[in-house]
Parts: sequence; structure tokens; C-alpha cells
Amino acid sequence: MEAFTTHTGRIVPLRRSNVDTDQIIPAHWLKKVTRDGFEDGLFDAWRKDPRFVLNDPARQGATVLVAGPDFGTGSSREHAVWALQNYGFKAVISSRFADIFRGNSLKNGLLTVTLPQEVVERLWELTEADPAAEVTVDLVDRQVRAEGITADFDLDDNARWRLLEGLDDISLTLEHESSIAEYEARRPRYKPRTLRL
Amino acid sequence: MAKTLAEKVWDAHVVRRAEGEPDLLYIDLHLLHEVTCPQAFDGLRKAGRRVRRTDLTIATEDHNTPTIDIDKPIADPVSRLQLETLRKNCAEFGVRLHPLGDVEQGVVHVVGPQLGLTQPGMTVVCGDSHTSTHGAFGALAFGIGTSQVEHVLATQTLPMSPFRTMAVTVQGALPPGVTAKDLILAVIARIGTGGGQGHVIEYRGPAIEKLSMEARMTVCNMSIEAGARAGMIAPDETTFAYLEGRPHAPRGDDWDAAVADWRALRTDDEATFDREVVIDASTLSPFVTWGTNPGQGAPLSGSVPDPASFADPSERMAAEKALEYMGLRAGQPLREIAVDTVFLGSCTNGRIEDLRAAAAVLRGRSVADGVRMLVVPGSVRVALQAVEEGLDRVFTAAGAEWRHAGCSMCLGMNPDQLSPGERCASTSNRNFEGRQGKGGRTHLVSPQVAAATAILGHLASPADLSALPMTAGA
Repeated sequence: MEAFTTHTGRIVPLRRSNVDTDQIIPAHWLKKVTRDGFEDGLFDAWRKDPRFVLNDPARQGATVLVAGPDFGTGSSREHAVWALQNYGFKAVISSRFADIFRGNSLKNGLLTVTLPQEVVERLWELTEADPAAEVTVDLVDRQVRAEGITADFDLDDNARWRLLEGLDDISLTLEHESSIAEYEARRPRYKPRTLRL
Repeated sequence: MAKTLAEKVWDAHVVRRAEGEPDLLYIDLHLLHEVTCPQAFDGLRKAGRRVRRTDLTIATEDHNTPTIDIDKPIADPVSRLQLETLRKNCAEFGVRLHPLGDVEQGVVHVVGPQLGLTQPGMTVVCGDSHTSTHGAFGALAFGIGTSQVEHVLATQTLPMSPFRTMAVTVQGALPPGVTAKDLILAVIARIGTGGGQGHVIEYRGPAIEKLSMEARMTVCNMSIEAGARAGMIAPDETTFAYLEGRPHAPRGDDWDAAVADWRALRTDDEATFDREVVIDASTLSPFVTWGTNPGQGAPLSGSVPDPASFADPSERMAAEKALEYMGLRAGQPLREIAVDTVFLGSCTNGRIEDLRAAAAVLRGRSVADGVRMLVVPGSVRVALQAVEEGLDRVFTAAGAEWRHAGCSMCLGMNPDQLSPGERCASTSNRNFEGRQGKGGRTHLVSPQVAAATAILGHLASPADLSALPMTAGA
């Protein structure tokens, strides 16, 4: 995973709640068997509308998505995270994320930042007044900063450390292989096995 | 210390616990399908890793498979490649696979329970959010992303931070004609699509205890639509009776030992939940959605709400956008909404009881002119059972299409899709924009409402059919 320390970039304001993962990347894109090449599928249906914010020339190259509450609901598809990253987003800010999406994003180094809706509104106002305005998402200090806005955010120490170091979860877990083997030795014998009968 | 059901199952699976770290949880069963695992197998290959426990892993094909002409090569080369990739990966890594054409093939969340692989007290994961279905057995079952799929394949564990707990207690009894689907749609409308965020929901109370296993699966299935990580129901005699004798259920002394353990899987009397919601089942009636998220629902007897009636600004904006997308106006009676498509199937409502319930409504009647009804059994086993009971002939005699098992129009990944502007009454779980096909409009309903809607051509319940004469030969 790519490490995340701090990032500064321009904002894409997405004034919608309940942005589900079907909107982020529709199902017909999920037939691909790679982790890349999803950028053209990002918000596929909404991008057909020339007024959609991602089509605004002033938003080209912006790297921080600021969205309404309940971002990433629905399907567990990690393709939603890959699509945002493939497009160029480094961080997403919302007042509430769906659990699976948030877990997936942190495993890929896409930083999801939960801030009060009131701060989200101020970021929207800032960027809508001045699309060139930048925001800094600082994982070291767990803080979001923009002109006139300083907001601390929560992220547990362990998740933060994994992101800062860009660590591979599987390697970390395999350091405890002996604990896994011990647990396996004491599982009840009636637990089912999938071997063909 | 008194514990909830979810906490008991969690604690029994902790491989390693350390201060300031997530718990490392052991996973008893890992289900795979073609869409969310190719990149995970690639990761294993690149790192030179193997599947740690092929004997706790099983795969089937469901999301991307056609429901007609299954004996012919799949037309779409990208779809075909994805299925071929799963077959290649399962062969290379030694994972049991039930491919298209196999008698055990079907929607992954229908296949696990019917094989008896889903049992009380287990941890079950799958790269699919509707893994919550398996919680109906008192298992802790949750959807994961592809990175976690790779992690489970390699280690049979997952690092997880504890969930909060939430009780949804359903008092009283469901009135006649009101189903598990109506109940869960009403729960989601009540607590919202983010209401269960970070929580495991335990459904309890007399109305839940009376539900069949399949109805319990319908309830737990849609927990994710309320934002919850998982839904659970304490195992009881209904659970044990469903499991006994299934291919992978314990036998003999193992069965007795298992049932003895399973009887302890209930929330202790003194245990507390982080949040509690109480619903009176007797107040419920057939429930449908009018919007573009599963929380935007109302009783069928009601009407499309006025966005101005929502106090919360983001809910108001969401309702405005939903009405625009759905082509509906505030105040329109829900019963007057005409549909052109009806979909009966999915991991929510594609099991035999669902097909029986819909067939009972359709028997001797016809699907309305201009309405297309697709019946897609949840698995090949469900299809075979339906054929044995003659249900397939009820559907086809009524003018519905009887299809092969799979996810089909629930997510429109295969050719079963809505065209732009088409409107569907669907027994599936998500009414998101474009979910069933670009520009398609979805109303979530129960199997009974789906059948009545197919007959009348507008949203309706079986009670609305009483005035309608049966067709000849009924």
C-alpha cells in the first residue's frame, strides 16, 4: 500500500448524500480483473451530465473529494476505492462513511476523513467561491486545514500508523502465524469443512 | 460479564488481542464469487502465498452469469474472462468451485445455508455486502473488500476493530399478509441508511422468533441497507430443524455437541446494547420504496412524500433528487405507480418460500399486458425444488419468464437489465440509481407485492386482487 502522510490539493465539492458505491462505479465495470483502469467508470452515469461537478474545467486536477453524509453505502466493491484513486483522488471528506467503504479505502491508502457536516459545508462554500482554493489533509497531525478552516479529525492510532508507514496487513498478520495455528488446534471438531462429501 | 450474542461470537474467535491493535479474528467460512476475488488471487500469486485453508473456502458463480442459454458460451468477452479467471484461480489454489451448470451453483448467500455450511456461532465472510444474510443462523457474518479477501485467503483471519451492538426488538405479531421483507424495509425507513453504521444489529422479540429461517435470512440480508456491518438472530429450534441433515451439518455425537454449544448463543439477560430500537409488528403493513436509497420507503397504502416535509436539509435534498430520478410527484398514491417490469429473485427473496409465496398469488392469474416478469431462483437447488412443486409452470402459465439461477437483475451485471426509464417492482435489496440498468427505476417490494403488482400492472398487494376474477382454468 502507498503511504499517506500529508496531502495538499484542490477540492471537488459533491453536494449529495447517500453516494452509494453503485454511483461511484457501476456494476458493469466490475467485470474487470485488474485493480487499475477504473478512472473512466468513476461516477459513470452522473458524468453524462455536462453540469456534473467533475466535468467542470475548474475542477480538473483536483484531488480531494468533499461529499455529503453516508458516502460509500451499499456494495462492498473495492473497485469504488480503486476508481477514486485511478482518477486521481488522494482523500475523501464526508460527515459519515459507510463502514465497508471506509475499511477498503484505508487498506488502499485513500484517506477518508470524517468531519462534522458543518465543516463540510464550509469547505463546499470555500471551494465554490474559489475553485483554486487548496485544502491540506494532514495525517501526521490528524488535521484538515484550508483558508479560514482548521479542523481536527479522529483516526485510531493503529490505522494511522499503518497508513503513515504504508504497511502490508498480510505480512503483519503472518508474524503471528503461531497464534493462528494454536487457535486452529483448539477449534471444535464439529465446525464444517468445505471439502466435497 | 454479561454479553450480547454478537460479543459471544466475537470473543470465541479472537486469535490475538493486544493493546492498541485491532483484534485478530479467526474466520470459519470464506465464500467467494467471481467479481471480488480475481485481484486477491493475483496478490497471492505475486507474493508467493497459498490459500491457508482451502477446506474453509468455497466458491460459486452468480453475479455475472447469464440466466438464459447457459449451455452456450457467454457472449460478453469481459464477463467470460472473469468467470474463466475464477475457474483458473480455484483450480490453481485448490478451492472448491460450483460453476455455472453445476447443481450446487447459485447466489452465494443462498448456496452456503442450503449446503448446511452456515451454522450458529461461526464467523462468515465474503467479498459481498449481503454476507449479513448468514447472521440469520446466529453467525457473525459480514461483507469485506478485495484486500480483506486476500487477507483471509492468506491467513484465515482478519484484523478487526470491535463493532458496537444494537438491538432491534420486534414486539407483537406480523399481521396476515405482512412479510419479513415489509418488516426490514420498515426498520430501514425508521433508522435510516446510516442508522446502523458501525453496529451489529441483533433482531429479537416475539415477531422475530416466529419467522422461518428463510424469512430470517431476508431480514438479516438487508442489515447492510441500514448501514450495519452485520445482522444476527439467536439460534433456536427453528434454526436446528433447518440445519439437521443438511450435507455439511454435523452428524451423530458432533451434532449433539454442536447443539449444546449453540443453545448458549443468546444475549445474556443482563447484557446491554449500545443502542436499542423497538418496533411493534402489529402496526406494519406491506411496505415499498419510492426513492433511490432503501431508507426512502413507505407503506403501500401511503403516497409519495413531499420533500419539503423533511426537516433535515440533506434528507430533503436527497428526496428532491430521488423524485426527479424516479419520475414521481409528491402526494402521488403509491398504488397508482405503474410498472413495466417485475423481478422476483436475489439473495434477499430468491429462496423456495419466496417463490411459493409469489406463485400462490399468481396461480390462475396472468401478468398484466405490457409487464415483463422475470423469475430467477436463488440457486439451482431452489429451481429444482420449484419444478418439483410445479411452481415453474404457475409462473410460465401466468406469462412470467422462468430463468436460471443467479444474481441477475438485482444488480444488472449480466444481460438482465432495465432500459432507461423502465420501472421495476423488485424483490431485491437496492433501489439505487441505475442499479438494475442505466436509467432504470426500482421499487423494492416483497414477493407477494411483486406478484400482485405483476398482475395489476401497478404497485399492489394481494389484498387488492380480491375484486379481480380468476382466469379460466384456475
